[in-house]
Amino acid sequence: MAGSYANSSEYIKHHLTNLVYGQHADGSWGFAHGADEIKEMGFWSINVDSMLFSVGLGCLFLWIFRRAAKKASTDAPTGMQNFVEMMIEFIDDSVRGSFSGKNPLVAPLALTIFVWIFLMNLMDLIAVDHIPWLASLLGVPYLKIVPSTDPNITFGMSLSVFALVIYYSIKMKGPGGFFAELAFHPFPKFMMPINLVLEGVTLIAKPVSLALRLFGNLYAGEMIFILIAIMYSGGWILGISGGFLQLGWAIFHILIITLQAFIFMTLTIVYLDMASQTDH
Amino acid sequence: MNFNATLIGQTITFIVFVWFCMKYIWPPLMAALEERNARISEGLAAAQRGQQDLEDAQAKVSDSLKDAKQQAQEIINQAQKRANEIVDEAKDSARDEADKIKVAATADIDQQVTAAREHLRKEVSVIALAGAEQILKREVDAKAHADVLDELVAQI
Repeated sequence: MAGSYANSSEYIKHHLTNLVYGQHADGSWGFAHGADEIKEMGFWSINVDSMLFSVGLGCLFLWIFRRAAKKASTDAPTGMQNFVEMMIEFIDDSVRGSFSGKNPLVAPLALTIFVWIFLMNLMDLIAVDHIPWLASLLGVPYLKIVPSTDPNITFGMSLSVFALVIYYSIKMKGPGGFFAELAFHPFPKFMMPINLVLEGVTLIAKPVSLALRLFGNLYAGEMIFILIAIMYSGGWILGISGGFLQLGWAIFHILIITLQAFIFMTLTIVYLDMASQTDH
Repeated sequence: MNFNATLIGQTITFIVFVWFCMKYIWPPLMAALEERNARISEGLAAAQRGQQDLEDAQAKVSDSLKDAKQQAQEIINQAQKRANEIVDEAKDSARDEADKIKVAATADIDQQVTAAREHLRKEVSVIALAGAEQILKREVDAKAHADVLDELVAQI
């Protein structure tokens, strides 16, 4: 399918461009065509494809789990109910294992993060061309179907988690306690500026690493899928070996997407646990 | 990596989803799971209790069976003893009875023997008298010689 592009680099670039809606340089509103127009739109534009798929997948998650929650009873569970309860118990175990305090927010937060990120990552396993090609038939110029390859999405989640970390740090330790943790920690009090720099970096590294780890893994995975997809246009020998490569990478990717969702969830729990610990 | 308002959109979506999950998904599922846990452990405890009850009942049954057997044995023993006693008593009384009958019979025989002897003696005295009459060829006055005759009879 790469045949309709001038060269492979254009193919790759096209697949890594979001469908952006915003204000053009001339003042009109619409979808951006190309990287230059995206740049002109600045901050107040929106990645329609990322938002659409992320909200859609989130709603799918909420719909499945809400249905199970409504049907929840003490009778023997069946089918989807069973799966949902298994997930709930898995998350509950993880939270109990890592989070020492008592907080009604942490477990639902972890559940949302795990399932939602898993679903977003799962989009990576759909062959790279299918949905964008269908969309192009409908006149949509760009479409990236994996929301977690968009840093806006991963940072949106990690910054929310970071806000929670700050909120609980201040709530549990008090503003003074939180400051003390940042200022007086690795070295004695008189080296406060150095402490502040060190602990500040540690603090800021939390959301950044959280977001970049997920984004980097999925972006790289997507990139490899795209590179493999290019092989399909290089004759039937390359095409067949590309098929095997795609299969192998997809199977390996099943592990990666689950692992990334799990890491994001576990680190969120651990960060919140650290924020809630009062005896430091 | 170009950041734009998607960041804000995703943040809002995230908050809404977590809120929804916290409000409508986690609590009912967790409650159901905990309730089922309680029910299952209750059921297991009940099964355990039932098992215990069964064992107790079986022990009781075997106990009372043993008791009943013992009692039956005792009753049989007593009955046997009693039977032996009755047999012994019967034997004793039979022997007594036999003795009594024997004694009575002996007495009867003695009596008859005596009577027969008396009768014979009388007979003999009559015959002797008749013989003596014959010898003397005259009539002997029985009354006059009664004492002689009696003496004779006594000698026979």
